[in-house]
Amino acid sequence: MGILLAIQGAVSQGVLWGIMAIGVYLTFRILDVADLSVDGSFATGGSICAVMIVNGMNPLLAVLLATAGGVVAGFVTGVLHTKCAIPAILAGILTQLGLYSINLHIMGRSNTPLLRVVTLFSALSDATGIPLAWVTLSLGFVFAVVLIAVLYWFFGTAIGSAIRATGNNENMIRSLGVNTNMTKILGLSISNGLVAMSGALVTQSQGYADVKMGIGAIVIGLASIIIGEVIFGHKLNFAVKLASVMVGSIIYRTIVAVVLQLGLSTDDLKLLTAVLVATALTIPVLLEKRRQMAGYVAVPKKTASEREEDSNADD
Amino acid sequence: MLTIKHVSKTFNRGTINEKKALRDVNLHLEPGDFVTIIGGNGAGKSTMLNMVAGVYPIDCGTIQLDGVNISRMPEHKRAAYLGRVFQDPMMGTAADMGIQENLALAYRRGQHRGLGWGITKKEKERYAERLKILGLGLEERMTSKVGLLSGGQRQALTLLMATLKRPKLLLLDEHTAALDPKTAAKVLEVTENIVGSDHLTALMVTHNMKDAIRIGNRLIMMHEGHIIYDVAGEEKKKLKVADLLEKFEAASGGEFANDRMMLS
Ligand SMILES: Nc1ncnc2c1ncn2[C@@H]1O[C@H](COP(=O)(O)OP(=O)(O)OP(=O)(O)O)[C@@H](O)[C@H]1O
Ligand SMILES: [Mg+2]
Repeated sequence: MGILLAIQGAVSQGVLWGIMAIGVYLTFRILDVADLSVDGSFATGGSICAVMIVNGMNPLLAVLLATAGGVVAGFVTGVLHTKCAIPAILAGILTQLGLYSINLHIMGRSNTPLLRVVTLFSALSDATGIPLAWVTLSLGFVFAVVLIAVLYWFFGTAIGSAIRATGNNENMIRSLGVNTNMTKILGLSISNGLVAMSGALVTQSQGYADVKMGIGAIVIGLASIIIGEVIFGHKLNFAVKLASVMVGSIIYRTIVAVVLQLGLSTDDLKLLTAVLVATALTIPVLLEKRRQMAGYVAVPKKTASEREEDSNADD
Repeated sequence: MLTIKHVSKTFNRGTINEKKALRDVNLHLEPGDFVTIIGGNGAGKSTMLNMVAGVYPIDCGTIQLDGVNISRMPEHKRAAYLGRVFQDPMMGTAADMGIQENLALAYRRGQHRGLGWGITKKEKERYAERLKILGLGLEERMTSKVGLLSGGQRQALTLLMATLKRPKLLLLDEHTAALDPKTAAKVLEVTENIVGSDHLTALMVTHNMKDAIRIGNRLIMMHEGHIIYDVAGEEKKKLKVADLLEKFEAASGGEFANDRMMLS
């Protein structure tokens, strides 16, 4: 029974963290930049949300405000990367580092518990009488489905297509009149907005925000993307791709829940995640290599027509 | 249509790698001019096209296009007026996007890109019509990823994209150089057809002197950042490859024998 409950919790966590993974997907796969701001902006989302709720703000509004905070963080990374020509990885690290201090300032301390306050989940649970765990799960799904629908629409618009083209062939889309600095900044802003939204929802479900809550978020996001790709493959419709990231996130959380149930210490979780991602990235490469090596033959097999020629020659 | 006045460009100024790529270039194009550009490696042909397109800023001089001074306009703004096809077939298209998506991106060149659909049903019909011009059957594969096409097919598509929304000036930088002879001839034929039927003004760099003489109404030769020869009309039509080689030899002091131009 314990394991079932743990898995139900894992699925809820997977959905809420999956929104962050979708944000990572937008930069990593669509814009083709590795954005490390994520670890900072996730905690920024959590910090803003927690402080606002403690100060009596409506929990839904707090999520929106947290999202806006993430958008600003992404904007800063985007400006550092484009206008200041700092390599994307470094630009992200700089933002992440700066955000650590900013997040401490937002909360005024390193941790903000949400005690005896109304969260989105508790409010809905009180209003409907449905148990909290189920409310978390279903509300998470509603957020995820709405987001996937909105993103699917957005990346089909003229500006959304221009962002996709920027990640694909920057020179080409610039020669077609698109300001690629603008599309990159926009993409990074949207991505970090989603990451912060995820941080806000996770904060409300776990009941506290912590300045360290985002550490390793980028790797968890990558793990979700890769697990999704391993299961569903690459050739997919965009909405299904986003859904596969979500499923990847749920599977990741389930694996974590299971190994914790089996007795793994939470201290080892980050190591496990790193190993998991490294393995998931390596396996396709090794498989492909082995496939090519296995296909090797010293003497090529003769085709039917060649065999016929040989026998004719014997005559 | 295009007026280039006293344009110079030096790369890596003040370093040991300093390179004067353009030296006081002057050029004036009338509307409908189709100019072929020849010259040895490093003569400054690509640099001239890149300066017009705004890939790098110019050091001095002015570039006017249809009465607008574009000398200091950023590349993405000038794109509204220019159609470009590059030497590398990979450069002009987005490999992971579909044929029709690429065309839709090109169709919006120079326009505000907002929250309207990235492609509409009516456009798709139009694109299918345009693709038929190429005679490659691409109209049957509108949703295929461009990455699955051959270099020649991609180059033909890029050409179509560059002219989908009528450019004031078409810039072709050795756009058939990476293709096999038969495909190159085909893409060149399509180029002539489109430039002719749409009455486009165009600059085309080529290393093939026969093509340079046969195609277009005017020919210029570049050497060490200068335009050293400029010929149009009847005089151009009467040119022979030997005449061009002679001009070239005179300019480069006889060292042309090893040049890639000899081969074509
Ligand atoms: N971005 C750059 N940085 C430094 N030098 C450059 C750059 N672009 C061109 N050059 C130099 O400017 C000179 C002119 O180059 P350009 O590419 O215009 O020649 P080209 O006439 O197009 O030659 P090719 O026939 O080989 O294409 C060359 O010496 C080249 O090395
Ligand atoms: Mg060149």
